[in-house]
Amino acid sequence: MEIGLAHYLGVAAILFTIGIFGIFLNRKNVIVILMSIELLLLAVNINLVAFSYFMQDMVGQIFALLVLTVAAAEAAIGLAILVVYFRNRGSIAVEDINMMKG
Amino acid sequence: MVIASRNPVHSVLFLILCFFNAAGLFVLIGAEYLAMLLVVVYVGAVMVLFLFVVMMLDVDFAEMRQGFLQYLPIGALIGVILLVELLMVVSGWYIAPGMLGEGSAPTPPVEQTQNIAAIGELLYTRYIYWFQVAGLVLLVAMIGAIVLTLRHKPGVRRQNISEQVARRPETAIEVVKVESGKGL
Repeated sequence: MEIGLAHYLGVAAILFTIGIFGIFLNRKNVIVILMSIELLLLAVNINLVAFSYFMQDMVGQIFALLVLTVAAAEAAIGLAILVVYFRNRGSIAVEDINMMKG
Repeated sequence: MVIASRNPVHSVLFLILCFFNAAGLFVLIGAEYLAMLLVVVYVGAVMVLFLFVVMMLDVDFAEMRQGFLQYLPIGALIGVILLVELLMVVSGWYIAPGMLGEGSAPTPPVEQTQNIAAIGELLYTRYIYWFQVAGLVLLVAMIGAIVLTLRHKPGVRRQNISEQVARRPETAIEVVKVESGKGL
């Protein structure tokens, strides 16, 4: 069986769904939500690279590179915010993040 | 596994496995540079960061899973709907004839140029500004993370260079007249 574009898109779709599902499933745990976001970005990257290969266009890989950069920056900032928050409040549960409500 | 594992450390390890699989897929599809980047940057740096934070934050994760089953039905519903939509999109598309190889930057043949060389030729010429912007994003993220997590401990004596350099004998020495027969 030849692996075609549809297979890659299927894998990416399943990965994306798992990521969305993870955000809904772990409503309380910020770390797992961050990991789910990483999964979503990975799915997007697989899509970009698959299209880049099957359409014979290099721009997709360039864009995947930029997405990777932004994802790494986002993970670093998110984890830094998480660490600071944990230091201040001693908890990382999502429903405790209501300081801005006044 | 990433999202349903009971222990977040296992979650991170499964996520690493997931990234390795994606890197393997990238290699199969001829994007070696991105595959290596995924392994080095993600597995090497970001996932280690995740692991570090998960282990550093001493959180009772069992308590965090209280509402797990409560959110399961709505989450499963949305997940199934999304998956069906995405699979319909994936199975229902076709490439317009004449589009293949007509992109703005066609992939050079593998025999002539390696993948990394092709990316470099494109990235450093036509997409140089985007490349710089990516570097800027990383710089801002680095500075932001450092500023956020830096803290000055009270009670630690730090160097104050300008104050130390500006010291003069008048400010550094105190002359005390000692009366005879008494101590200070």
